[in-house]
Amino acid sequence: MKFEDEPVPGYPLPILPGHTSPGRLERVLRAGAFAVTTELDPPDSADPEEVYRRARIFDGYVDAINATDGSGANCHMSSLAVCALLTRIGYAPVMQISCRDKNRIAIQGDILGGAAMGVANMLCLSGDGVQSGDHPQAKPVFDLDCMSLLEIGRTLRDEHQFQSGRKVTFAPRVFFGAAANPFVPPFEWRAERIAKKVAAGAQFIQTQYCYDVPRLKAFMQQVEDLGLLDKVFFLIGVGPLRTARAADWMRTNVPGIHIPDAVVARMAGAEKPAAEGRQICIDLIQEIREIKGVCGVHVMAYRQEESVAEIIERSGVLQGRVPWYPGRDSTVNQEKELT
Amino acid sequence: MYSVRLWSVRHARGMEVFYNAFEKAFVALHPLWNWIGYERVDKPIAALEKVTKGFLFDCQMCGQCALSSTGMSCSMNCPKNIRNGPCGGVRANGHCEVKPEMRCVWVEGFAGSERMKEGRKAIRIVQKPLDRRLEGTSSWLKVARDKNPPPAKAP
Repeated sequence: MKFEDEPVPGYPLPILPGHTSPGRLERVLRAGAFAVTTELDPPDSADPEEVYRRARIFDGYVDAINATDGSGANCHMSSLAVCALLTRIGYAPVMQISCRDKNRIAIQGDILGGAAMGVANMLCLSGDGVQSGDHPQAKPVFDLDCMSLLEIGRTLRDEHQFQSGRKVTFAPRVFFGAAANPFVPPFEWRAERIAKKVAAGAQFIQTQYCYDVPRLKAFMQQVEDLGLLDKVFFLIGVGPLRTARAADWMRTNVPGIHIPDAVVARMAGAEKPAAEGRQICIDLIQEIREIKGVCGVHVMAYRQEESVAEIIERSGVLQGRVPWYPGRDSTVNQEKELT
Repeated sequence: MYSVRLWSVRHARGMEVFYNAFEKAFVALHPLWNWIGYERVDKPIAALEKVTKGFLFDCQMCGQCALSSTGMSCSMNCPKNIRNGPCGGVRANGHCEVKPEMRCVWVEGFAGSERMKEGRKAIRIVQKPLDRRLEGTSSWLKVARDKNPPPAKAP
């Protein structure tokens, strides 16, 4: 997909009527294309080149890159800084904002600052508890929760004011997202919680890892029954497993991850577990894309980031579309000149 | 106390009936609170509130009680203070990701809301972020004051 009004890399796209952000992700979703997003593992380093190296792995396969905000309550380069580096050269990041480490004064400042640097997408999260990370002795802030964070973000954008009521002179133009985990209890209420998030301002949803398609189908049906499908875009989380042992460890030790026994058994029975993990991921994507209301996938391949290109390529979800990356259009032009 | 807290959620309907009657009476006492002075009466009433709600709900005295909208399960007992839960970390057995020995207050809350008359509707309301200045103050008095707005001053 090539936009006719493609700007110089690092500059925002014009905002189309009915859109709220100058970003590529909103463009792709509202155009009805199957979107692909992924997650960048932020470096434990102050070297910007490490961020760029980690982003380049996805070139040509993803529409947006999530910059995690201390995921798992572990210390890394901040999501705001990762986003600032990425937007400089035109990438479309999704800035994750967690309520765990900052109060509303800091968070609203980050929303303005992120938008000023060209961040068009922000994902509002409550965040993991500090006990699960590498600094369990830290103070958990949780001044807001994901829901009130969404409302505050939307108020900044649409009503041009802080929570205090004080006006901002130029509102952040942002496409706001939220997370969903349809795979943990209370199942019968998960869709209702999404309705609340949509009411609070969520425009897209990225879900936790999906390894249980029947569960996802039931959830999407509930979401449809609540009339949410035309109000919010669903990107379903997927990711390759490495080994049966890793899968078993994940589901036992990482809160919120549900992996059915059948999937673990399939991993255990495989001769080449890593390849099987990728194949399972591809199979899941192909099943998931057929579900009504699914608008894309969010591929989380922690420490297997190089496999994202292969997974997306083999799943065929882009249908020949090449998402933008720095230098994409110059290569296309060169190819044109050659032929 | 944890077991009493769970009991209160199991009896969310009774709690709702009792609170509605209590609130009506308490709000009607506005002239009395006003005569003593809301600031002056806050300390003893807050102490009473802390003892009773502390016993029944493990109340944390946020000063802006939302129990009627949380299925009578106090959301301040959520380690992440999520006023609009549950988060995505709930364990398969319905327990908390941060405190594995505790039931998720929101799994409890949704169950409680189903037992109540207005709970289902109320739990869908997006709760505003906390006003941290109210911590430790009486939310009963806040309700009485909010429901009795001061008369508009004559021009």
